[in-house]
Amino acid sequence: MNRRHITCTINGDKAEFLCDDDESLLNTLRDELGLTGAKEGCGTGDCGACSVMLNGRLVCSCLVFAPEAEGATIETIEGMADGEHLHPLQTAFLEGAALQCGICTPGVLIAAKALLDRNPEPTESEVRYALAGNLCRCTGYDKIVRSVLDAAAQMKNNLQEGDRL
Amino acid sequence: MKYEAPKSIDEALELLESEPDSCVFAGATDIIPQMRSGRPEPKLMIDLKCIPEMVQIACENKVWTIGAAVPAVLIAGDSALKSDFPGLAESAGLIGSDQIQNRASLGGNVCNASPAADTVPALIVNNAHAVIASKGGMRTLPVALIATGPGSTSLNAGEFIVAFRIEQPLPHSADAYLRFIPRTEMDIAVVGAAARITMDKAGNCTDAVIALGAVAPTAVRVTAAEDALRGNPIDEDTLTKIMAAARAACNPIDDKRGSKEYRTQVAGVLAKRVVIEAADRARK
Repeated sequence: MNRRHITCTINGDKAEFLCDDDESLLNTLRDELGLTGAKEGCGTGDCGACSVMLNGRLVCSCLVFAPEAEGATIETIEGMADGEHLHPLQTAFLEGAALQCGICTPGVLIAAKALLDRNPEPTESEVRYALAGNLCRCTGYDKIVRSVLDAAAQMKNNLQEGDRL
Repeated sequence: MKYEAPKSIDEALELLESEPDSCVFAGATDIIPQMRSGRPEPKLMIDLKCIPEMVQIACENKVWTIGAAVPAVLIAGDSALKSDFPGLAESAGLIGSDQIQNRASLGGNVCNASPAADTVPALIVNNAHAVIASKGGMRTLPVALIATGPGSTSLNAGEFIVAFRIEQPLPHSADAYLRFIPRTEMDIAVVGAAARITMDKAGNCTDAVIALGAVAPTAVRVTAAEDALRGNPIDEDTLTKIMAAARAACNPIDDKRGSKEYRTQVAGVLAKRVVIEAADRARK
């Protein structure tokens, strides 16, 4: 069977790729496009390690068929930093030691960014609910949750400083 | 396996007819894990999310129409819908993580036909009807008549659900949905309980619909509890009857989430609590 030709936007750039109809978006991102930040933890939508934004919505890319990407806008962990300049969430995770093995981290960061984009000042409880679809077997979650709250505080600070300038 | 994303109901029906071994989907949050754990891949997967009627929520002439492919996050988050059906919104908001909420649909929840589907008891108590498309035209069917057992539905080959229709509630009438799971989030119902209660000014219940999930092969109506409520105040005597009726309606499985006895016990407690919650809302 002929492979399907897909055109979409990934991290702000136009992207084209070939895929099989039964391929997952996750496999396409990793194997065709070399975007290996999203990970396959479970392959069944339970662990969230493959989280990406699809048309502005947080999804498990293992539960998306690659052809669904036609015409779509996709954001992955590779697009989170602005060049060499890390996103405040990434900085907070490094400073707060919010990762150990790192497998879950790209998905956690994408989910955390989705939360802060819609709710810039979440409570601890809101952070925990928003990250309930991202499993981490190393950290016990506490450092992750604290780092998301730290990043939210930092981003608020940055905004206020921006206002003063 | 081939993938197609038709742009219209007619196009989807053509595809369904052209390939008998096909499967329609919206979020694929149930079907992909099932295929990964051994369910045979169909020859054709038909993505329904590009059909406009299937992804709209609208209220016209006092009837809500909710597209069968609308993601749960939009049902849980639609303030006008939530104001009419807080229980239905709650049930949609309980399905999975944010990642799953953004994909999972009412049509999928109903047609996957899990006995523990959260939205099904809430749809049943609101007398939701599925609008079903086929080559022969449209028909409607109460949601209660769709699931016939775990994983099986009464839909015929070549049919799919386009939308759900629900009449706006009467004044002094409200719904509620409660679910018991072993943890705070991310689990499947041990018991789900939904109620719609209508009250009069004197504080008596004038109408009631109660449905339970996860305690039988399909969601079940608890008509004996409805009879106990109708025409009566919601007092200790009525609530005791509701608990007994809910437990009598149970025919659950034993599994890691709960034994038969435990599910039956919890069903009584949840039925009582969900009636109290819906009645409180109905009084406002």
